[in-house]
Amino acid sequence: KIKMCSFVRPFLLSVILTSMFSLLRSDPLLPPSTQQVHRDSLVCASQPPPAQYGGRHTVTLIPGDGIGPELANHVRELFRFCCVPVDFEVVNVDSTMASEDDINNAIMAIRRNGVALKGNLETNHNLPPSYKSRNNLLRTTLDLYANVMHCQSLPGVRTRHRNIDIMIIRENTEGEYSSLEHENVPGVVECLKIITRTKSLRIADYAFRTAREKGRTRVTAVHKANIMKLGDGLFLECCKEVASGYPEITFDSMIVDNTTMQLVSRPQQFDVMVMPNLYGNVVSNVCAGLVGGPGLVPGANYGEDYAVFETGTRNTGKSIANTNTANPTAMLLASCLLLDHLKLHAYANMIRRAILSTVTETRLHTADLGGQGSTSEVVQSIMKVKNFTVTF
Amino acid sequence: VGSPAFLSLQRERRCLGVCDGGQMQTVTLIPGDGIGPEISTAVMKIFEAAKAPIRWEERNVTAIKGPGGRWMIPPDAKESMDRSKIGLKGPLKTPIAAGHPSMNLLLRKTFDLYANVRPCVSIEGYKTPYTDVNLVTIRENTEGEYSGIEHVIVDGVVQSIKLITENASRRIAEYAFEYARNNQRSSVTAVHKANIMRMSDGLFLRKCREVAENYKDVKFTEMYLDTVCLNMVQDPTQFDVLVMPNLYGDILSDLCAGLIGGLGVTPSGNIGANGVAIFESVHGTAPDIAGLDLANPTALLLSAVMMLRHMGLHDYGNKIQTACFDTIRDKKVLTKDLGGNSKCSEFTADICRRVQDLD
Repeated sequence: KIKMCSFVRPFLLSVILTSMFSLLRSDPLLPPSTQQVHRDSLVCASQPPPAQYGGRHTVTLIPGDGIGPELANHVRELFRFCCVPVDFEVVNVDSTMASEDDINNAIMAIRRNGVALKGNLETNHNLPPSYKSRNNLLRTTLDLYANVMHCQSLPGVRTRHRNIDIMIIRENTEGEYSSLEHENVPGVVECLKIITRTKSLRIADYAFRTAREKGRTRVTAVHKANIMKLGDGLFLECCKEVASGYPEITFDSMIVDNTTMQLVSRPQQFDVMVMPNLYGNVVSNVCAGLVGGPGLVPGANYGEDYAVFETGTRNTGKSIANTNTANPTAMLLASCLLLDHLKLHAYANMIRRAILSTVTETRLHTADLGGQGSTSEVVQSIMKVKNFTVTF
Repeated sequence: VGSPAFLSLQRERRCLGVCDGGQMQTVTLIPGDGIGPEISTAVMKIFEAAKAPIRWEERNVTAIKGPGGRWMIPPDAKESMDRSKIGLKGPLKTPIAAGHPSMNLLLRKTFDLYANVRPCVSIEGYKTPYTDVNLVTIRENTEGEYSGIEHVIVDGVVQSIKLITENASRRIAEYAFEYARNNQRSSVTAVHKANIMRMSDGLFLRKCREVAENYKDVKFTEMYLDTVCLNMVQDPTQFDVLVMPNLYGDILSDLCAGLIGGLGVTPSGNIGANGVAIFESVHGTAPDIAGLDLANPTALLLSAVMMLRHMGLHDYGNKIQTACFDTIRDKKVLTKDLGGNSKCSEFTADICRRVQDLD
C-alpha cells in the first residue's frame, strides 16, 4: 500500500465537491423557461465583465443626489437578502463641487468594473457653462451611445391608456447635448447641435439589432427633418440605410411634434422608436408619464465596453428626498436589468417577478401612483413575496 | 417692439374695439388651400349670423419673386394686412421643391410674427382621455432651433445652430406676462433645458426672470422640458401659461393639442411686431376631402374667436364659442373627424342657428 493513499482520498473528495459546486452554479442547469431570457441579454452589444474572485461580480454604485442614496441602499438590502453574487463599489460624487475629480473617479471605477448602477446627479443650471452636467460627462466619456427605455403598461397601475409597449432607443452622446455654445456678440448665443454619420449609423444599427433580437416588427425614426434638413436629414438617411439591411422589420419615420400628438392619443401604435438625443428626452418622458410616471420605468445606457443602469427619466427627486415616499420600482427594475447584463438571469427574473407582483397591490402604491405606501413598505413586501427563491 | 409704447398701442386697440360697438373693423382673410375656402366660408357665415362688426377683405398669398430676386408675398396682401393689422388664415400648402420657402415662413418673416399662442382648452363634447385641460403655450417663433442655419463641417458631420438672442427672449417673455395679465391667468412657467444648454437656455431664462420682476401679480416658475412633458401627460391641470423657445414650443404645443383632441379643434394665433396679429388653423389642407363639404371648421372658428377676443370684442367671441361648443356637446350634427357623419354646411348651419338663438 502506497503512503500517498492517505491524502488521495481527501483530494478526490475536494475535487468532487468543487465540481459539484460549479455544476450547481452553471447555467445549463437552469429550468428551460429561464434560459429563454438569455435571448434578451444578447441585445447589449458588450460582453459583461468576467466574474472575478469566486464567481462574484463587482459593480460600481453611484448613489447620486436626492432620492438616489436611499434607493441605492434599498438595492443593496435586496441583493443581500437574495444572496446575489454582486459586490458594490460605492463611489460618491459630490455635485456641488466645482472640480471634476469626483466624476473622474467614478468614471475610472466604471472602467475598472465595466458595469454601474447610478442615481441622478443634480446640475445647478445657474452656474456658469464651465460647470458641465456630471451625468452628461459620464455618458460621453464612456461613450454610452444607446439609451434604452422599455415602457410597458403594468397591471395594477391605473393610467389613461392601456396596452402600451414601446421601446425607446435614444442616441445618448451627440445631438443637442454636445455642450458647444458660444457668445460671439453680446446678447446673441449660438448653441451647436452636431449630428454625425458614424453615430447615427451606430444607433440605427443598435435599434434594428435590438428589434430583431426581441422579435419586434416595426421601427419608427423620430425627427424634424422638414426644418433641420441637413442635421435630422442625415439622421433619417442613416436610419433608412440601416433599415434596408433588415427587410423583415418595417421602418417608418414621424416628425417629432406629430409623434407627441400621436403618443397622447394613440400610443399603442408604436413599437420601437429610434431618435436623436433631445427628441429622445421628450419622447421618453412622455412615454414614462403614459405608463404611470417616473417611479416605474428603468433605463439603461449601453456602450461598446460599458453599461450603466439608472431610472428611465433621470430625476433626482430633491423634493421628496429622505421622506421614505419615493417609488423604488424604477431603481429596483434597473438593478434587474443590471443582473440580466451580468447574465445572472435567475436572480433577475426572481426579483423582477417579486417587484411586479408587488406593484399590482394598490395598497402598497407610493404617492406618485396615488397611494400612501412608503418606500420601505414596498421593499419589505417585495422581500416577503411567496415562492421567493432562486431555483437552480 | 415689446416696448411700453407697443403694449399701450395694444391696449388702445382693445379699448377701441370695446368702445366702438357698431363700427366695422376690417380683417384680412386668407382662405388658403385645400379645405381652406370652405371653412373660411363657414366662419364668415357664422360671423354674419352673430352680426359681428367684421368686414372681411379676402386676399390670396402665393410666393412671388420681388425685385432683387427675394421671394415675397403679393403686395396687395401685405398692404391689406398692414392696414387692418388683423388677419385670419386658413391652411396653406407647402409645395415640395418649389424653389421658394413655405408660405407660413414667408408670412412670419414679412410681419415679424414673433409669438405663437395656442390656448388649449378641453372641449366638453369631444371626449379625450384628458379632461379639464386649460393651458396656453406661448412659443418664440423667430429664432431658436429653427433659425435654419446648418453647415456640413466635413463629410458626415453636420452642425445645426440654435440661436438665442437677448432681444427676442425679452420680447417673448414680455408678451407672455402681458397675455397672462390681460387674460387673468395666474402663473407663467418658463420651459427650458438650461442644465444642458447652459448659455443659450440660460440667457432665455435670465430674460424671463428679469421680465417677471415687472409683473409681480403673475407667479413665475421655471421647469425643465422633460419634467414638463412627464407631468403634462399625467396631470395637465397643473399648468397655466407656458413660455418657451422655438423647438420646445413646437413639440409642447402639439402635445397639448393632442391632449384636447388634435389639430382639427385647436386654435392658434401669431402675434407680430407693429401690432399685427394673424390667427390661423394649424391643421393641413386635407386635399383628399377638399371641395366635398366634409371639412371641420372648428379650428378656424376657434381661432376667429381668439381673434375677436384680441380685438376686444369679447361678447361676440363668447357667443360664437358657446354656440360652437353646444353643437359639439349635443353630438347631433358632427363632422366625420368629430365622430359624426354630417356635412360641413349642416354643422355650420347648426352653429348659426344657436348663435341667433343666443341673441
